Amino acid sequence: MNGSDVMVLTGRHLLHFRRSPGRFIGIAMNPLVMLLAMGYLFRRSIVVPGSGDYVDFLMAGVAAQVGLASVGPAAIGVSADLREGIVDRFRTMPVAQASVLLGRTVADLLLSAVALLVVTTVGLMLGWRPHTGAWSVIVGFGLLLGFLYAMEWFGVVLGLLLREAETIDSIGALVLVLLSFLSSAFLSIQGLPEWIRPIAAWNPVSVVVSACRLLWGSPAAPTPGLPGQYPLAAAWATVVLLLVVFVPLASHLYRRAAER
Amino acid sequence: MTGGRATSPIVRADGLRKRHGDVVALDGVSLELDAGSVLGLLGPNGAGKTTTVRILSTLIRADSGHAEVAGFDVARQPREVRRRIGMVGQYAALDGLLTGRENLVLLGRLLHLGRAGARTRAGELLDRFGLRDAADRPVRTYSGGMRRRLDLAASLLAHPPVLFLDEPTTGLDPVSRAELWVVIEELVADGVGVLLTTQYLEEADRLANQVVVIDHGQVIAGGSPESLKRGVRTSRLEITVARADALTDACDALTRVSGTKPDVDVVAGSISVFLQDSLDQLSAIAQALQAAGVEVADLAVHRPTLEDVFIELTAPHRAPVTTDAVGGPR
Repeated sequence: MNGSDVMVLTGRHLLHFRRSPGRFIGIAMNPLVMLLAMGYLFRRSIVVPGSGDYVDFLMAGVAAQVGLASVGPAAIGVSADLREGIVDRFRTMPVAQASVLLGRTVADLLLSAVALLVVTTVGLMLGWRPHTGAWSVIVGFGLLLGFLYAMEWFGVVLGLLLREAETIDSIGALVLVLLSFLSSAFLSIQGLPEWIRPIAAWNPVSVVVSACRLLWGSPAAPTPGLPGQYPLAAAWATVVLLLVVFVPLASHLYRRAAER
Repeated sequence: MTGGRATSPIVRADGLRKRHGDVVALDGVSLELDAGSVLGLLGPNGAGKTTTVRILSTLIRADSGHAEVAGFDVARQPREVRRRIGMVGQYAALDGLLTGRENLVLLGRLLHLGRAGARTRAGELLDRFGLRDAADRPVRTYSGGMRRRLDLAASLLAHPPVLFLDEPTTGLDPVSRAELWVVIEELVADGVGVLLTTQYLEEADRLANQVVVIDHGQVIAGGSPESLKRGVRTSRLEITVARADALTDACDALTRVSGTKPDVDVVAGSISVFLQDSLDQLSAIAQALQAAGVEVADLAVHRPTLEDVFIELTAPHRAPVTTDAVGGPR
């Protein structure tokens, strides 16, 4: 593998984003709508667990949602590549195949990071403020970036499994809704039906969101089980575990798809 | 840039086998391609042409058998092989969102021509393939012919000594096809070895120095187009009678001269006989027809085409033409 190959391939995807900016809207729109709806329209109707401002509580959840919203677009991108035949072109060239997926996910991460920046800016405008030191805040965003990157690889896996753009669209929407509502992103887990609480507690979204709240000094909802006891360790372990599962799986599926 | 000696073939495949599940795609295909020549790989749909090309271009692995490109084993040294090949598949392997120039620069940089080198080479190729005006438009706005030319340009970026073309002119209009042929001929003149699969026999006849015919994953014939044509059939004389009722008389006369029953097409009012050797036979036939009082409307000698060879080789079970056959394509 070659670093400059990865850079060139990342550049290719960045050109794509410039040509079809619709993908960016797809990633930024959902979290923004949630942020505005819950953090502005309904803010008076929602009781914050503990004490504090609901926007302070919501911000971490919406930030994690950027990751979930990136899954569908990443999946569509990789499936389009397979259809276009350019994958075959890369495979007849002396280019390490790992560079192809790396270039794609790095570009996707850059796009999602911009969406995160937009969402954070709107959050600041609505009154979100971190209540800890700069270092803690940065670590929180670092954790989120790790989560975003894991979600890009999840998207690649999904795209290679599903292939059809229509299927990816509906499954992507399902992932977004299911994983964000069965978590502590918007509301306290304690408010969910009892049998769902353990699932929600172990949901990677809850784990990452809880850690961010801790790092930013935001009001936090109590989380049952291990993730509640060791929020930071659980969050980093979750991100690493997701990458350890999705990266090799994506590479395997990619090789298989390309050789069909 | 070529690895092997000048005398050894630049592509050599020996006993390639490949199964897709239960289907045997290749059942022992062997072939050789020399530098500076064109090998035409012919065969009906599903014969194994694309599978062969995909194995030789390192896209898939053969189950057994051995193949070398420019002296490197396609299974064991795919990276070395990839440095030396260009590939044009059945579908353009390009990025539709990028412009023609961006596609070539991207691929050029991946081939380590450097940023400036890639730009220069892209410009050269865009000029050479008549794409200068379209260079800065997204590829998805290109016509089929332009896309194919850009695809070929992309596979030539690093001056590969071996080029695989899998049905390069399928779906092209006659003008684009002829343009592509000229480009291929220029490349061959420069010493590039081209392996070409095609459904168009005319294309193989025009471009190929050697032809390999495969069917059901096996090589069923090989040689130069001329030798294949000579080997399979002799020329055919087609006689069209002026009045349909003379057909039987003409048929009898021809049977007497040639000693075999000729093929008769009742609907067209035509008879065809195979010419064994020479003009003597032709004049004997003319005299026999005259003697029988048959008025001839048209008389034509058909040289065997590669198409005749192909049909003869790949369709052994077709119904024999008999005197009461009602036309039917030949």
